[in-house]
Amino acid sequence: MEWEVVIGLETHTQLQTNTKIFSGASIKYGAEPNTQACEVSLALPGVLPVLNKEAVQCAIKFGLAIDAEIAPRSVFARKNYFYPDLPKGYQISQYELPVVGKGAVTIQVPAVGKNPAYEKVINITRAHLEEDAGKSVHGAVEGMSGIDLNRAGTPLLEIVTEPDMRSAAEAVAYAKKLHELVQWIGICDGNMQEGSFRCDVNVSVRPKGSDKLGTRREIKNLNSFKFMQQAIEYETRWQIGTLEDGGTIQQATVLFNPDTGETRAMRSKEEANDYRYFPDPDLLPLTITEADKAAVQATMPELAGAMKARFETQHGLSAYDANALTTSRELAAYFTATVDAGAEAKQAANWVMGSISAKLNAENQPISASPVSAANLAQLLKRIADNTISNNAAKQVFEVMWVGDSDVDAIIEKLGLKQVSDNGAIEAIIDEVLAANPAMVEEFKAGKEKAFNALVGQAMKASKGKANPAQVNEVLKRKLTG
Amino acid sequence: MINSSLKQLGEMLQAKTISSVELTQSFLDRIKQYNPSINAYIALNEAETLAQAKAADARLANGSAAPLTGIPIAQKDIFCAKGWTTTCGSKMLANFVAPYDAHVISQFDAAGAVNLGKTNMDEFAMGSSNETSYFGGVKNPWDFDRVPGGSSGGSAAAVAARLCAAATGTDTGGSIRQPASLCGFTGLKPTYGVVSRYGMIAFASSLDQAGPMAKSAEDCALMMNVMAGFDERDSTSLNREKEDYTRDLNKPLQGLRIGLPKEFFADGLDANVGKVIETAIAEYKKLGAELVDISLPNTGLSIPVYYVLAPAEASSNLSRYDGVRYGHRAESYTDLMDMYCKSRAEGFGAEVKRRILIGTYVLSAGYYDAYYLKAQQIRRLIAQDFEEAFKHCDVIMGPAAPSTAFKAGEKVDDPVAMYLQDIYTISTNLAGLPGMSVPAGFSNGLPVGLQIIGNYFDEARMLNVAHQYQQVTDWHSRMPEELK
Repeated sequence: MEWEVVIGLETHTQLQTNTKIFSGASIKYGAEPNTQACEVSLALPGVLPVLNKEAVQCAIKFGLAIDAEIAPRSVFARKNYFYPDLPKGYQISQYELPVVGKGAVTIQVPAVGKNPAYEKVINITRAHLEEDAGKSVHGAVEGMSGIDLNRAGTPLLEIVTEPDMRSAAEAVAYAKKLHELVQWIGICDGNMQEGSFRCDVNVSVRPKGSDKLGTRREIKNLNSFKFMQQAIEYETRWQIGTLEDGGTIQQATVLFNPDTGETRAMRSKEEANDYRYFPDPDLLPLTITEADKAAVQATMPELAGAMKARFETQHGLSAYDANALTTSRELAAYFTATVDAGAEAKQAANWVMGSISAKLNAENQPISASPVSAANLAQLLKRIADNTISNNAAKQVFEVMWVGDSDVDAIIEKLGLKQVSDNGAIEAIIDEVLAANPAMVEEFKAGKEKAFNALVGQAMKASKGKANPAQVNEVLKRKLTG
Repeated sequence: MINSSLKQLGEMLQAKTISSVELTQSFLDRIKQYNPSINAYIALNEAETLAQAKAADARLANGSAAPLTGIPIAQKDIFCAKGWTTTCGSKMLANFVAPYDAHVISQFDAAGAVNLGKTNMDEFAMGSSNETSYFGGVKNPWDFDRVPGGSSGGSAAAVAARLCAAATGTDTGGSIRQPASLCGFTGLKPTYGVVSRYGMIAFASSLDQAGPMAKSAEDCALMMNVMAGFDERDSTSLNREKEDYTRDLNKPLQGLRIGLPKEFFADGLDANVGKVIETAIAEYKKLGAELVDISLPNTGLSIPVYYVLAPAEASSNLSRYDGVRYGHRAESYTDLMDMYCKSRAEGFGAEVKRRILIGTYVLSAGYYDAYYLKAQQIRRLIAQDFEEAFKHCDVIMGPAAPSTAFKAGEKVDDPVAMYLQDIYTISTNLAGLPGMSVPAGFSNGLPVGLQIIGNYFDEARMLNVAHQYQQVTDWHSRMPEELK
C-alpha cells in the first residue's frame, strides 16, 4: 500500500521584547539562575500580571506578515497544571480566542533528486500569546533538583499550522521559512540553541488517497532543522511499519533522541492533563483596534516575498537568486547596498551568494560578520566591470580583503594584478606564442577547436595572467583566421 | 481618645496635643490588654510600629503631614507588608515574611499612617465567622461567645473593641459588610477596581476588593482617600481621576430615592433584624428621602453562582502554594507528587480544601459549560437586575446580614447555613457594585447593620447617605461597656 504522511507544526517563538510578558523582569539569556526572577516571576502571594504591550505589537506584526485575521478582542486564559518550574500552578496563555487567527505562509520546497523545486501554501490556524515556564536544573546540587525561574514569564508566540505538509522536506521548508520570517519582521532572534524557536511536529500517516486523518503522535521540542528532518523521517517509517505489521497508532507525545535517531513515546493521551482552562480574571480581554494595527503596519519592513519579486523585476535576478538573497533582512540589505554602491546586480548576487556566503558558512557566521563591506565589495566588482582586473584576479584580491585590507586599488597594485588591455602589448605576446607553438597552430587550422583554447592558455601564461582574456581571444582569433 | 474620629485624631496630632508615639502606644497597650482574649491581631511588631509612629511625628513636626499621618491603622493579614509575616490566616503561609508591600500598604505608608499590626481572618478569606483561621477564632467584642463575622473578623473586632483607630478589610462576598454588621461599625466595599489588588493575596480575583472598616462614614471617607486610586500593577484597577470621598458628606438627603428590594425583606431574614432595618429606613424618610419598591429577582441565585465562580478562581489562585518556593512544605515525602499532596494537605484547612475541590470540579472538562459558563451568564443577569433597579432609585437599602452575630461553633458543620450569611452582600460583588454596612441599632444587645448599595463609583454619595444618618443617630459611636 502507498502511504501518505500528514504533518502539522506548533512553533514556540520567543518574542524579542525587553521584559517579560507580564512583568518588568529582564529576559536576557544566560544570567545566573533566579537573578531575573522578580516577585511576579516567583509568583509570590498577591502579585498580579500586567501585559507587556511590546509582546502584543510582536503578535500584530506576525499577523500582518502572514495576512491573518487579527482579533479585535482576544482573551488570556489560565492553563492549570502543577510542575515545579511553573510557579503559579498555571500558565497564562490564550485558548478560545487567540490574538492571531487564520493566515498563510508560502514555502519553497527545494528540489530533491529528479523532483523539481516547488512552492506551496501552508495555512496557519492561529497564533497566540503565552508565557514560558522556568527550568528545572538537575544535578547542580547532589540529590536535589533546582529551579531557575529566569525564563518564567518570557513572552512566546505559539504559531499553529493546519496539517498541510506531506513530507519531512515540506515540514522543514516551512520551519525554515517561518524561522526566516520571524527574524525578518524582528519579533524573534531565531536562536534555536537557546530555545528561542522550538518546534513541536504532529505526524500521522494514512493510505494515499484517503481523506481521513490518521492518529497523530507529537514530536516535542525539536531545536534544529536537521533533527526535525531525521525525526519526521524516522517517525513516518515507524508509523507505517507499525500499521503494516497490523498494529495501531496510539496518540502520544514523543521525544527525538539525536544519538539514536529514534523517537520514543513520553506519555500517552490517557495520562494527559485536564488543564481546566478559564479566562484569567487578573487580565482584561486584549483589544486591538484598526489604529493599533495601522501603527504597527507603519513599522513593518518590506516583506521577503515582496522584496524577492522586486529583485526579480528591478534587478533581473532569477527566482532562485532572489529567493536566496531574501532569506534574511541583513543579507538582502547587504546585497542592496552592494548594488547601490555601483555594482552590477547579477554579479553582486553571484558574489554575495558565492564567495561571501561560502566564507561565512565555513565559519558559521551571519552576513553582519563579513569583514568585506558592501561598499568594498562593490568597489571590487567595479574593477572587474571596468576591466582593471579579471574575475580570477578579483578572487585573489577578495582573499586579501577578507583578512582585513579594504583598499581594493592598493591591493591590485600591490599584487600586480592589473590587467593588460593594451592591444599592442597583447599582440606582441600572441605573436610570440604563435611563433613558439607552430604545432598547435597547425592543429587549429586542421579543425581542432581545442588547440585554440590551448593557445589562449599559453598567451595568458605568458602574460602572467594579466592579459585581458577577452582581448586575447579576439586578437588570437583575428591572427589565426585573418 | 479611643472613640475619637480620624478627623479629631488628626487635629490632635496636628495641634501636638498628642504625639503619634503616644497615640500608638495607647492602642498597643489596649491590644496587650484585650487581644489575648479577643485574638483580633495575629502579628504585632511593636518596634516597627513605634518606629513608624516616630517617623510620623517627624512629619507632623516638619509640616509635611497628610490627614492620616500618625494615625494607627490595623491591616488585614491578607495584605503583603514588607518585613511582616503575611499569613492570610493559613498554616500554608504561617512563616511567610512578605518581601514587598501591597499597594494598599504603600498608600498608607505614603500617607504617614502607622501600621499597628496584622489582623486575624478566615483562611484565605474563605469564611463568614473567622472560624476557619489557622490562628484561631476571634471573639465578637459585644459577646465573647459569638463570632465577629468574616472573613475580616480580626479587623472587625479590632475596630469594634477600639484596638485601632481604623482598619482595612477585603470583601469578596461580604467580608467587610457582614462583620461590620455583626460588630456594629461602618464598613465599605468599593466598586470593583477602585482599590488596587496588587499585593492583596487573591481569593477570587474577579470579586476581591479592599475597603475601609471604621467607626463612621466620615472615617471611611478619609480611609478611602488613601486607599483608592489607579495602580498600573493591577490590570483591573480603574484609571480614574483621584477623588475626595469627603466632598459630599454634608449634602442634605432631601429627595434621595431609596430602593427597597423585596427580596431583601423576605424569608430568611431574622424578624428582629428586619425591625431594626425598618426603623432605620423610617429615619431616612424623616431626613427627606423617598422610598421606592424595587425587585432584584435573581438575588436567590447569587449564592449558587458565587459558589461556582469564587471557588473556580480560588482553585487556580491557590495552586501557587505548592511548597516549592515558599510556604509550608511537608517534612518528608517520597517524590514530587507526594510533596505536593502532603504539603497542601497539611497546609490548607478544611474550608479551603472544600472550595479548591468545588472549583476544580466546576472547571473540569465536561462540567465547565454546565457550571462555570452558566454561572457567568447568571452573573450578568444579576448585574442587569441592579442596572434596572438604579433606573428607579439612587441607593438601595436593606439588611447587611440575615441575623445578628451567631455563637461560635454554631454553623461550622453546616457550610450552606454559613454561606447564607452573605445572601444580601454577594450580589453586589458579582455585579462589581459598591456596598456598605452602617450601624442601625441592636437586637437583643447585638449590633445590626443597615446595608447601603450604590451605583458604580457612587461611594461619595453612599458615604454622604451614611454620614447624614450618623448625624441624627449614635449607633455608630456605641461600644461594648466592658471594653471601655
